[in-house]
Amino acid sequence: MAPPANRRSSYSRRAQYTTFLSYAAGVLGAAVGLALVVISLVNPGFFSALRGLADDASEPAAQMSASGRDLGRDTWAELTGFFHSGAEHARLKRELAEAKVRLAEAKGTSAENKRLKDLMALSEPNGGAVAYARLTSSTSASTRRYATLGAGADRNVTPGMPVRSQMGLVGRVLEVGSSSARVLLVTDSESVVPVRRATDGVPAFAQGNGDGTLRIRLINLGINPLRKGDVLVTSGSGGLYRPGTPMAVVTDLIRDGAIARVLSNPSDTDYVMVEKSWAPPPPPPPANDATVKKR
Amino acid sequence: MFQRSASRSTTRQRINHAPSRFLARGFPWLTVMLGSLVPGWFMIASAPVMPPLGFLIYLGWRQLRPGLLPIWAGLPLGLFDDLFSGQPFGCAVLLWSLTAIALEIVEVRLPWRNFVTEWLMAMGLIVAYIVLCLALANLAGAASPFRVIVPQVVISVLSYPLVGRVVAMFDRIRLAPIVLLR
Repeated sequence: MAPPANRRSSYSRRAQYTTFLSYAAGVLGAAVGLALVVISLVNPGFFSALRGLADDASEPAAQMSASGRDLGRDTWAELTGFFHSGAEHARLKRELAEAKVRLAEAKGTSAENKRLKDLMALSEPNGGAVAYARLTSSTSASTRRYATLGAGADRNVTPGMPVRSQMGLVGRVLEVGSSSARVLLVTDSESVVPVRRATDGVPAFAQGNGDGTLRIRLINLGINPLRKGDVLVTSGSGGLYRPGTPMAVVTDLIRDGAIARVLSNPSDTDYVMVEKSWAPPPPPPPANDATVKKR
Repeated sequence: MFQRSASRSTTRQRINHAPSRFLARGFPWLTVMLGSLVPGWFMIASAPVMPPLGFLIYLGWRQLRPGLLPIWAGLPLGLFDDLFSGQPFGCAVLLWSLTAIALEIVEVRLPWRNFVTEWLMAMGLIVAYIVLCLALANLAGAASPFRVIVPQVVISVLSYPLVGRVVAMFDRIRLAPIVLLR
């Protein structure tokens, strides 16, 4: 293709100035960008109000497309379900029979749990849901894993609240706008969640890898006790995440931990629940203060 | 003669109509902004899978119609992209402005181009853009490994010719004669 005509400025002084000024403005744009990057590196929350405003403004359209997304997924599920409904039905019947027995056992266990907790006077405040909302959009082109939630300060969402679906933990609220909020997903590499193995409570940290998996780092180094298929739940240490929220399944073992898959794929969930951030009960006061002082 | 004018009707030369001035100037800006905003709505991704569509459309306009978007267009368009991209704020402003300057310099040196050279040029810019985005995000506190962006780089590079086609379609819409002259 031939070069487009008239790219070079002419002998006209005016045209030369215009060209020069546009180049200067381009360089100025780069300089402004550099300054903004430096500001946001030094103070990451500096532009959160601006982002909140933008998310609020685009929220109605994002909500609409989110409902469209749900519709598309449901339609697809119905179409595929049509083809293997018979085998699926038989399998579900079998599983339901087993699950009914398990449920009865679990009811007994939870009743016993409650009785024991009453005995020890451990009161556990009920984890109230603050809001139910859709995840409307996400940063699908960036290496950071943020999602936008369709509820904000108008529905009492505050920063730090954990967000979960019925399958497990999704993330936590980072920035709050008036009708939207920015959620840091657990798969982001800046998200670190204290977890434990569901069966015996081996403590670990789950850090996002940025590619949809989690890196499990054991707290007690030594022989790696994890096995493939282990389920990890949040341990609640440090507060913020309520203990016992399902989180991930171990898929691969590495030398000092494991790679795990997140249980709740956020793109498969219609609605997520924003919970109150959890504060662990304060440590009990020393039993005999007076005797300590006497010594 | 009539036949000839009939065959020319593919260019939509309608008597008495002219392209809308607002559309001719503003449509590129609008499409780039939609490219920044809309892909996030399609899925709640747990890995970077979507190509940076705003950047690709911006690049497409720059290559199809050099000079239509001014060199400083990276400043406002990048600001808009930063609001939704999740990158540290200012990342797109910086990188889009640098892209425009780099493209201008290369075009002055290499005025003759074809499909392959344009794609190669875009390839270099896209790879540099995604890698620098990762570097800036990691500077700002993330710790994503390099292999996370490999699928995104491949998808972006391969989808660029398609984006170029779509931008060419936008260009025809931009210049469609819709305003009635009196």
